Amino acid sequence: MESKSPTSPPLIHIRGLRKAFGEHEVLLGFDLDLYDGENLVMVGKSGSGKSVLLKCIVRLEEIDSGTLEVLGKSIPDLDQVALDRLRTDVGFLFQGSALYDSMTVRENLQFPLRRHPDRMRGEAEEKLIVSALDSVGLAHAIDLMPSELSGGMKRRVALARTLILRPRIILYDEPTSGLDPITAKEIIELILQVQREFHTSSFIITHDMDCARVIANRMIMLVEGTNYAEGTYAELAASNDPKVRAFFK
Amino acid sequence: MSGEKEPYRGLLTFFDETGKVSLFTARFFREAFRPPFEFRELLRQSYIIGYQSLFLVATTGFIMGLVFDLQTRPTMIEFGAESYMPSMIGISFVREIGPVVTALICAGKIGSSIGAELGSMRVTEQIDAMEVSGTNPFKFLVVTRVLAAMLMVPVLVLIADAIGLFAAFLVENLKGDVTFRLFFNQVFNNLEFGDLIPSTVKSFFFGLAIGLIGCYKGYYAARGTAGVGSAANQAVVVASLLLFVIDLIAVLIADIFYEL
Repeated sequence: MESKSPTSPPLIHIRGLRKAFGEHEVLLGFDLDLYDGENLVMVGKSGSGKSVLLKCIVRLEEIDSGTLEVLGKSIPDLDQVALDRLRTDVGFLFQGSALYDSMTVRENLQFPLRRHPDRMRGEAEEKLIVSALDSVGLAHAIDLMPSELSGGMKRRVALARTLILRPRIILYDEPTSGLDPITAKEIIELILQVQREFHTSSFIITHDMDCARVIANRMIMLVEGTNYAEGTYAELAASNDPKVRAFFK
Repeated sequence: MSGEKEPYRGLLTFFDETGKVSLFTARFFREAFRPPFEFRELLRQSYIIGYQSLFLVATTGFIMGLVFDLQTRPTMIEFGAESYMPSMIGISFVREIGPVVTALICAGKIGSSIGAELGSMRVTEQIDAMEVSGTNPFKFLVVTRVLAAMLMVPVLVLIADAIGLFAAFLVENLKGDVTFRLFFNQVFNNLEFGDLIPSTVKSFFFGLAIGLIGCYKGYYAARGTAGVGSAANQAVVVASLLLFVIDLIAVLIADIFYEL
């Protein structure tokens, strides 16, 4: 995909972000901008801090220092109410899907909906659930339990649960990991379809370079806690830097 | 060198954990009285904790009643105090045996199950998923479970008391030809509100301890499957110890009131 040119302020704006766990420093001054309608892909080695960065964006982890703004709001400065409101604008697709395993698919989608400040009831709620499941091709699975779903289906239901609050940004944590190549391709198609239909911006972290090639408007490489390289897939693929080349082998 | 530091490290961990549990408890009370309330989940948890523990508690109560009567009967006969059997068993069961044994059974069954369930939800990022969808997982997962334990443990204690006394009556009836009416007349003639109220109040605290420790250990389970097992195990061990501490405090307080 082609790179999007920044015409409006970034939806996510990060400057000099630092995060350490005890003595172990994970992020050492990380910078990032995610623009409206963009698919930004970040790649990095295992344990390089990719998932930590995603968790910092929704404040599942507190940052040590730096600037972190989402939709114009400084994440570390938000109180709990404001943070919860903001979180409904930022969807998060977890690596293991994180479906609530004691609830059916319907109840999984109802859960955030019923606790939303502008909650719907009855028929309107049911319509929204069915339409969210329809958009991931799983309306027929509405009464199944998560244990009855395959890995790919779980990922789709998790995406439907994310979409139900109509987020402006979706964060994807390894969306294709643990899936066979065919299902992974389906998930990639689905991510693109969701972006077209719901006009979302996506920040995707992945190891899957096929996924990055198809989805990314722009890519960032996280090496040693900093954004080591940035550019389109084609630009990075053509780089002679050995650390960048290592990802394309 | 490191060996010398071990006792201090253990002490620090103890105070650290105590502080964290206290903060967790304070958060529970803060969230429990603040709307919105999760009534449906509270009912579901009450069903799981209460109804699904009923068979185990009833069986244990029945066996305890049988054993207690069979064990004490020969000694009471020796002292010519056989006629005091119903009142002695009634007071022992209601004041101490019923609440403590039932709470220990609940610590094993409910504490471990809450610890494992929440631990597994933490490890599989389900709690994180609730948080990032702008909801309050603490209210949904912790408040409902602790309240359900607080409500259900006293009910289970009362049921265990009733079944235990009935089992004791069976022994008395078979061995001493005591009628149902005579047995329970003697039991209730010697029981006072001063016996029933402290045991019910301490059962609430037993439920609180079982629910809180189970939730705390599960909610903050370390990553990985080993963390889930450890959360379940620690929930049982810590809650069981805490039950005896609460029991001791309750007995000391009740003693002050008996003396007044």
